[in-house]
Amino acid sequence: MTAPTMLDWAVVCPLDLLDPDRGAAALVDGVQVALFRTGGELYAVDNLDPVGGAYVMSRGIVGSRGGVPTLASPLHKQVYDLRTGRCLDLPDVALRRHEVRCRNGLVEVRLRQEG
Amino acid sequence: MSERREGNSGGRVVVVGNGMVGQRFVEALRARDHERRWRVTVLAEERRPAYDRVRLSAFFDGASAEELNLHTPDDGVELRLGEPATGIDRARRVVTTAAGEHPYDALVLATGSYAFVPPVDGTDLPGVFVYRTLDDLEAIREHARGRRTGAVIGGGLLGLEAANALRLLDLSTSVVEFAPRLMPVQVDEAGGAMLRRYVEELGVTSYLGVATTALRPGPDGAVAALELSDGRTLDAELVVVAAGIRPRDELARAAGLPLGPRGGVLVDDACRTADERIWAVGECAAVDGTCHGLVAPGYATAEVVADRLLGGAATFPGADTATKLKLLGVDVASFGDAHGVTPGCLDVTFTDPATRAYAKLVLSDDAQTLLGGVLVGDASAYPTLRACVGGPLPGPPLALLAPAGGATAGVGALPAAAQVCSCNAVTREQIDAAIADGAADVPALKACTRAGTSCGSCVPMLKQLLDAAGVRQSTALCEHFAASRQELFDIVRVRGIRTFSQLIAEHGRGRGCDICKPVVASILASLGTGHVLDGEQASLQDTNDHFLANLQRDGSYSVVPRIPGGEISPEKLIVIGEVARDFRLYTKITGGQRIDLFGARVEQLPQIWRRLVDAGFESGHAYGKALRTVKSCVGETWCRYGVQDSVGLAIALELRYRGLRAPHKLKSAVSGCARECAEARGKDFGIIATETGWNLYVGGNGGFRPRHADLFATDLSTEELVRLIDRFLMYYIRTADRLQRTAAWIEAMDGGLDHLRSVIVDDSLGLCAELDAAMARHVASYSDEWRDVLEDPDRLRRFTSFVNAPDVPDSSITFAVERGQPVPVRGAPPAAAADRRRQPVTLGLPEVRR
Repeated sequence: MTAPTMLDWAVVCPLDLLDPDRGAAALVDGVQVALFRTGGELYAVDNLDPVGGAYVMSRGIVGSRGGVPTLASPLHKQVYDLRTGRCLDLPDVALRRHEVRCRNGLVEVRLRQEG
Repeated sequence: MSERREGNSGGRVVVVGNGMVGQRFVEALRARDHERRWRVTVLAEERRPAYDRVRLSAFFDGASAEELNLHTPDDGVELRLGEPATGIDRARRVVTTAAGEHPYDALVLATGSYAFVPPVDGTDLPGVFVYRTLDDLEAIREHARGRRTGAVIGGGLLGLEAANALRLLDLSTSVVEFAPRLMPVQVDEAGGAMLRRYVEELGVTSYLGVATTALRPGPDGAVAALELSDGRTLDAELVVVAAGIRPRDELARAAGLPLGPRGGVLVDDACRTADERIWAVGECAAVDGTCHGLVAPGYATAEVVADRLLGGAATFPGADTATKLKLLGVDVASFGDAHGVTPGCLDVTFTDPATRAYAKLVLSDDAQTLLGGVLVGDASAYPTLRACVGGPLPGPPLALLAPAGGATAGVGALPAAAQVCSCNAVTREQIDAAIADGAADVPALKACTRAGTSCGSCVPMLKQLLDAAGVRQSTALCEHFAASRQELFDIVRVRGIRTFSQLIAEHGRGRGCDICKPVVASILASLGTGHVLDGEQASLQDTNDHFLANLQRDGSYSVVPRIPGGEISPEKLIVIGEVARDFRLYTKITGGQRIDLFGARVEQLPQIWRRLVDAGFESGHAYGKALRTVKSCVGETWCRYGVQDSVGLAIALELRYRGLRAPHKLKSAVSGCARECAEARGKDFGIIATETGWNLYVGGNGGFRPRHADLFATDLSTEELVRLIDRFLMYYIRTADRLQRTAAWIEAMDGGLDHLRSVIVDDSLGLCAELDAAMARHVASYSDEWRDVLEDPDRLRRFTSFVNAPDVPDSSITFAVERGQPVPVRGAPPAAAADRRRQPVTLGLPEVRR
């Protein structure tokens, strides 16, 4: 087996379109991605709520739990670690993560084709 | 003592009487009869199942008959209402009623007592009542209508309850008591004097040391006056006789069972009569010759008989005759040897004319043992003191008696066997065990021990025992703020803080979370800090407040335009219909007399609202912890029964409070007459019209734990009503916990409804001017949130599906059709969500796929 397939970086939007501490949904290669800008970092996870099954994660509230940057699902408030995607309230539940960076004032995302 | 005799191991038990004690017996037996050895038949004289007679007077304070209900349906119990027993055939072991015969293997008499009416001329006149059943109370209320004067014969506990009831019915009320003081059985002379001052301040005149010699009718044939033994005459168009009770022992007498020396069914300490198959419980039972007229000893007899029928050997533990009465703010308590009849006993008394508190402790001759006491005016020390009777004092007597200081002084010193809840015989040991097992608050203690579930007087002590056990109820909002919501509200208000970042930097830690951010957003909104989507505030909002719509399970939103009072013109109805049709929205009428439009995507919301705002609609705030709707019946404009314009008032209230952010959602309703078609008592604040004004009810809700609102104030003018609601809402917004509805807020409030009245009617905290000003600011600064969004490109920018493809709709939102309307495609597990997208029934905009 080789490492997970990496697609190319896709330019999404200027950084200043992302409000601090508030998510935004983006469509990257047909996949809904939730982008967050919080605590000076950028995070990208799947927009799909793995528990509720709706594409809503970009509308959750970001915050922190014991120093860990977090995202709470707007449907039923399960809290996820934005760095790892791991759900902090339910075992064996996780958000798929994607790579995200800022280049020349533009936010870029590279999908991770895990699993 | 009495060992179990044969013949009581199971079969059919017939219970005669469905009062509080009879009901308690049935519950106790059913709860412990795991092998289902007994089938139960209950014969009840009244047509209502068991209700809480101790709280009977609450009926006049706005409680409904349902709220007093004690009965829970049980398949194993045959309850025959309105079928009183007429005879007992002991030889055939059969109870007879008008409807037939009921054979028994065991018979439990729980017939209670009747009101004693002294042999005085005129007690049979219309307008003369006793105070015993809900039917009595309904008849009293009916007769009081349009009358001005009332009198109560008897100044004991029941008589004062009745006097308070007549006051609440707006009768000018007198009490006539033969003894030289009020409540002669419970309180001593000095306590009686203090009590009299309180009672007279409430407008009740007392005539002490006199007897009623006759009742005289007026021209209409109903009672009109009372003649007293000192020659005076009192006007009284309604008379309640509360001169004592007598046990109902006629069935036992006719069946040849022995009676007590002063009546009552004679039983031994196992509550068994001379017939081994017949038992007696409650007020009709003369246990070893003595009848007990309080509920706690009655419950004890019920428990004894339940235990005996299941083979146990329980005996009656002796009666706790302690009493606590609350008469509109006047606490009166008496316990143990209140009159100091123990030889050589000592009194410690405390009188404070300033606070009108009187207290007396009766101690043993060596001053080491508490024997009893009397408290008037402030009975906060009662639970602790009562539990200590027979044991050492938990602290210096004066410290215990000092008003409001007493109860906390000695809870730690309570002996393990001390009864904390006398209604349900729960000891300190049992409470401590429950706390050790993890009960961390009062509701948990109530659930697992039953303590505090009857009269509630021990609830403060439950809190103290939790404290004493080191259980601290944290009031911290979350890991980011050590302050409670109420404290945060004050910090934000007093410091003039305008942003979450300033607040968390100065008074919290971390970055916040889904708990504290919406709370702070709500506080800022309640204090009127501009539009909820402006600046940093936008990042604090829950998704509902962020998109000003209600998130649904499939990620779409619903839209609810405001329809004040439920009144809508045909033109506006047509607009809603057209919008729903054009955007393919599922349409449903809500419980709050509005119309909910489902299935909107975020980028459609501004388009939908543009149409709605142009037609004169505004946000209904269905998405917010805010005022939702003020429902109304059609009122006097159309209804034959209406007495006020309920629609007009509902619209005025909804427009006044629209947009008001609160700790939780707020609902209201206005009914135009007592028929209550608007269901106002299920609301946070409900208004019911009277002939002369409005009655205000507060603290109701439907939902998970339904609760009827409590009557707060009566016959208000519209202006008075609005002022009280203004203050009620603002005080709630300031002091409630996060997500605490008004019902839970009032229930958790120290002093409950009385405290609330003192704050917002009597201004006891000096807050009313501030509360009034805060509401005035809200009303003046209201602006429709959706109109404000549509006028501002920066706010509109948020309503896009994808930041990099704002014109592409979210293809995951797809619909099936059910009963001719779009509904979300359901049932697909998250893993299949991608597949689901490939076979959609797409309505509205075409499916776009990349």
